[in-house]
Amino acid sequence: QELQASGLPEYIKIVEVGPRDGLQNEKVIVPTDIKIELINQLSKTGLPAIEATSFVSSKWVPQMADHEEVMRGIERHPGVQYPVLTPNLQGFHSAIAAGATEVSVFGAASESFSKMNINCSIEESIERFEEVTKSARNMNIPVRGYVSCALGCPYEGNIVPDKVAEVSKRLYSMGCYEISLGDTIGVGTPGSMKKMLEAVMKEIPLNALAVHCHDTYGQALANILTAIQMGVAVVDSSVAGLGGCPYAKGATGNVATEDVIYMLNGLGINTGVNLYAVMEAGNFICTALNKKTNSKVAQASFST
Amino acid sequence: QVSSAAASGPYPKRVKVVEVGPRDGLQNEKNVVPTPVKINLINMLSETGLQVIEATSFVSPKWVPQMADHTEVMQGINKLPGISYPVLTPNLKGFQAAVAAGAKEVSIFGAASEMFTKKNINCSIEESLERFDEVMRAAREASIPVRGYVSCVLGCPYEGKISAAKVAEVSKKMYSMGCYEISLGDTIGVGTPGSMREMLAAVMKEVPVGALAVHCHDTYGQALANILLALQMGVSVVDASVAGLGGCPYARGASGNVATEDLVYMLNGLGIHTGVDLQKLMDTGTFICNALNRKTNSKVSQASCRL
Repeated sequence: QELQASGLPEYIKIVEVGPRDGLQNEKVIVPTDIKIELINQLSKTGLPAIEATSFVSSKWVPQMADHEEVMRGIERHPGVQYPVLTPNLQGFHSAIAAGATEVSVFGAASESFSKMNINCSIEESIERFEEVTKSARNMNIPVRGYVSCALGCPYEGNIVPDKVAEVSKRLYSMGCYEISLGDTIGVGTPGSMKKMLEAVMKEIPLNALAVHCHDTYGQALANILTAIQMGVAVVDSSVAGLGGCPYAKGATGNVATEDVIYMLNGLGINTGVNLYAVMEAGNFICTALNKKTNSKVAQASFST
Repeated sequence: QVSSAAASGPYPKRVKVVEVGPRDGLQNEKNVVPTPVKINLINMLSETGLQVIEATSFVSPKWVPQMADHTEVMQGINKLPGISYPVLTPNLKGFQAAVAAGAKEVSIFGAASEMFTKKNINCSIEESLERFDEVMRAAREASIPVRGYVSCVLGCPYEGKISAAKVAEVSKKMYSMGCYEISLGDTIGVGTPGSMREMLAAVMKEVPVGALAVHCHDTYGQALANILLALQMGVSVVDASVAGLGGCPYARGASGNVATEDLVYMLNGLGIHTGVDLQKLMDTGTFICNALNRKTNSKVSQASCRL
């Protein structure tokens, strides 16, 4: 990456996860046409990547049952990626059939989390993903790898940075072009973020790393700042901070895209994203969900 | 420099947390809080390990009715040894009333914006500092330490952008007048680590970093990131408000002060010593939120309430 005089990246890619990670973790199930409208509005904001949906069995994730209609229904803007989750080969094939041109797989740095979430060990999940990445490679489909519980696990508590590095390396070696390190329960602080990134950066090149911070303990922006100071140039976030935390009732989850962009703008970092347009999309989805935004920037801007 | 060199620290080993909930927090809450509740809040905070708790404001009740009970509060609280209970004193009269009520430390408020000063206290920055001359002289004679606040350091609700040079100028004046510490306030929370860095670099040319504090508002969600940047530059005094009490008077419904719980959580994670017991702090936040019949603004508190 290019660095500014301040040592920070000149450009940061924002990966918008609201329509998938956000809506999946909202209480209310959102009608298909609202999902499509949300994604279409986000497509006009300058966001380079918008995670559109998840090709997982509707038995497990009813909120994403309409994955095919969503994928077929959205406007595909040139220059914007629309990755989708594919937990296994079956999901991958459905995604491709529905027109997906990028997919994501989800690993975890915690055995307990892996067991509780997808009922298998980390190793078994890696084997499943290898089937996906192999097929994806044959079809020239890029695959993004997520590592959950990078800074702590709801079951195991503390997670060792070397474990995060090990899982990240497995995903990267099997062909994931980018590894998104997720603070799944938001317990991380700049201290643990730095230690974890130092360990991972020994195994993965910096330009293949992203951070996916949850704001459950209010630490997300401070953690993101720490990551970008270390050279990370890809940040995941969710419009209006959609998506609560399934492990702490009533607590928040994803960091709000608006708040991230506000900070990056203030740091002179280019994102290509129009903050006001994101706020409008956030306003749209919060109205549709009949809920207040989790974005402080939106709260401050829309107050009278 | 904001780069990776800064990310590695070194961070200060200790940070002094200045708790402003009972004054700045309650003053900006919709509901006026009964005196016994205020006293209990301060007493509970005194048990958390906090070393500085801003107790009240000796300003005319005509202007700030929420602080009308300043004398009863000052006389009613348990003053624990080793804990400082500074109070606001906008002028000599307030200072004298404060000392008569038992205050051992006072604070004065300046601003880096002419328009803000005009709107807030109906005079220019220069005139406001002249008024404080009397307070400084009286405080010096009584050996009472004075803390200086500078408002609008990263932006003004009326002027918009504020020059870092202006902040440095006002800070230097207040420091030269005898304030032992200058608390730099992002009054409307518009600052980001970028503007924080620029402002601190200018101020640190005029005031030693050991005499600086940051008072960040979380109105745009930037407070902890701004505080992190300030720590990286050597600042080791941070103001915060239990439960994030105190909304923003300039953006209705928006939040104001950063929550002490969230700050302490971050400092703990960085291995920085504060002496504060986070659980006791959360319990205090729960108490005042129940008394105010409102939800906490602290995310740490929200997350910890597993139902």
